[in-house]
Amino acid sequence: MASLKELATRKDPLTGGHRMCPGCGAPIVVRQILLASKDPVVVVSATGCLEVSTTIFPYSAWNVPFLHNAFENAGATMSGVEAAYQNFKKKGKIDQHINFVAFGGDGGTYDIGLQSLSGAMERGHDLTYVCYNNEAYMNTGVQRSGATPRGANTTTEPAGKVSQGKVQWRKDLTEIMVAHNIPYVAQGIIGNWSDLTRKAEKAFSIRGPKFMNILQPCRLGWGYRPDATLELARLAFETCAWPVYEVENGVYKISKPKEKKPVIEYLKPQDRFRHLFKPGNEALLADIQAEVDRRWGQLLAKEAPRQGSGQ
Amino acid sequence: MSKVVARTGNEAMAEAMRQINPDVVAAYPITPATEIVMIFAKYVADGLVDTNFVAVESEHSAMSACVGASATGARVMTGTSSQGLCLMYEILPIAAALRLPIVMCDVNRAISGPINIHCDHSDTMAARDFGWLQIFSEDSQEAYDSLIQAIRIAEDPRVHLPTMVTTDGFIISHCLDRIEIVEDKEVKEFIGGDRKAANSLLDVKKPVSVGLLDLQDYYFEHRLPVAEAMKNSKKVILEVAEEFAKKFGRKYGLYEGYKLDDAEIAIVALGSTCGTAKVVIDELRAKGIKAGMLKIRVFRPFPAEEIAQALANVKAVAVLDRSDMWAGQGGQVFTEIRSALFEAVKKPQLLNYIYGLGGREIDQPMLRSVFTALQSAEKQPLVQYLGVRE
Repeated sequence: MASLKELATRKDPLTGGHRMCPGCGAPIVVRQILLASKDPVVVVSATGCLEVSTTIFPYSAWNVPFLHNAFENAGATMSGVEAAYQNFKKKGKIDQHINFVAFGGDGGTYDIGLQSLSGAMERGHDLTYVCYNNEAYMNTGVQRSGATPRGANTTTEPAGKVSQGKVQWRKDLTEIMVAHNIPYVAQGIIGNWSDLTRKAEKAFSIRGPKFMNILQPCRLGWGYRPDATLELARLAFETCAWPVYEVENGVYKISKPKEKKPVIEYLKPQDRFRHLFKPGNEALLADIQAEVDRRWGQLLAKEAPRQGSGQ
Repeated sequence: MSKVVARTGNEAMAEAMRQINPDVVAAYPITPATEIVMIFAKYVADGLVDTNFVAVESEHSAMSACVGASATGARVMTGTSSQGLCLMYEILPIAAALRLPIVMCDVNRAISGPINIHCDHSDTMAARDFGWLQIFSEDSQEAYDSLIQAIRIAEDPRVHLPTMVTTDGFIISHCLDRIEIVEDKEVKEFIGGDRKAANSLLDVKKPVSVGLLDLQDYYFEHRLPVAEAMKNSKKVILEVAEEFAKKFGRKYGLYEGYKLDDAEIAIVALGSTCGTAKVVIDELRAKGIKAGMLKIRVFRPFPAEEIAQALANVKAVAVLDRSDMWAGQGGQVFTEIRSALFEAVKKPQLLNYIYGLGGREIDQPMLRSVFTALQSAEKQPLVQYLGVRE
């Protein structure tokens, strides 16, 4: 794996001066993943925070080839780019290896772009799709998405006098991608650069479709002080609210926290969950803890027992 | 040397696609256009083309993949119809604004609802404002010839706009027709080698950003060049048609006048109906009635001045629309022509007939009734529905 020193010498794929919010995790996702590529990259982005904030004409923050088409079609758009590349390669017009990386937020990936993503994965294009997942439609002002966790306050499922925010549990997109039987699926966080770099390097070393679901705290939508972005991502990992793991050719490898913290330690610093801590909502908090535990247990059961464990 | 063969419209279009040999095709099945990509997929499977065929999971993804592929500088084609075209609508203007010369085989079919699989022009007409050139075909031969010309037109630096060539669902797409096929080598020569794109998304040494956010300060300026290119494309369409005529003998224009020069009454139509109309006009002429037709080949760009000039000396004209835009003032072709004639000093009296929706038959007696009505045009309502039960 590339050392931090080595990564620091690589050319920044995304220049500073873009217009993302202070404390935004999305540019960290982009940098940590793209810097892990030794080969040139070509980027497609779905409509969303990342796209609108980095490409306000006549400026572009991208130092690598970049294409934005629409909201729900990053997977399909990149399929076309990759198909053209394969064609040119076949005809000997290009020989340079290129890593194709598509970025989409959770809205553009879990919801409106799910079909396009699924198709791209099923067809086996050699591309890496990265979901920078901030668990709501942040670009349009914090609306609920299929990635929003239960109990979160959003502008389309707000906490009110008779409602406690999102009623449903979030869908498990990472497992949906695992079910596509693609060679590599990873779920990760920002806030652990070595893990994310290693996962991205692995993705780039594999030919075929790869999917990475990266939790990206959003200070605006989640409501916390801008310097807590990485801390919150780590808390999501440490409480198992957002398990960090990878599935390579169907084999699960899970990163386990040294000590599994109670989920309230992750929920409490965030404004979007503030209403859950009002008297009367104890049962809902317990419910959330139970669901986190259930999903964590379910995930652990998927990991094959280590050899020599005496089974 | 060309050869005469029997081909359906879909087969003719697939044949042209084989000869064009595009770099990438992304498509999704839909009746009645499915066959085009089915035949083409077999060409890919048999190694008769070098194309990378992306069998996507929807038409939305088909057009999205076409945009991605075309942004690399590749020559890209697709095919669709009706609901499929509707699903592409969101991406069609993006392809135009990004100036990507994607070429589409579009088989005209009614749009839902109710669901219907047969011919009318409602799918293509609703796509008229998205910056795509639109070329209609009377028969398989025209579809084949226009598809080959479309590559040249779309990729011309003065145009750089996506282009759709249409046939009429089932009437052309599935009916066997006698057509002349040009030799592969000649098509290759006519197209002139690979697409020459000014920049490519795959040029990692010279990275470009494509599809940026354009706000109040630039969006307007970036919409204007599409309008300019659309205007310029008229000249290019005619130049390419002239070169095509020189090489292969078949002449095309923006429109075709059929016995129009001295006509007193005429219809305006596009697509397969024009073939039926020619028979009726010949009959009427034999009876001494000065009937004629203006067949629109190119609907986008709209040849407004040319049509106004061509219709100047006709007394009464019936515009036939195979779609209804539900605006309460006739069909799309009618409103375009009415607008084109507004400034004209000499202009015919106009009538509009909306006909043939959902594949409803348009036959000779119906067309004869239109010409009969034109003889007393002043007594007719402005917009009528032809061949519909009350």
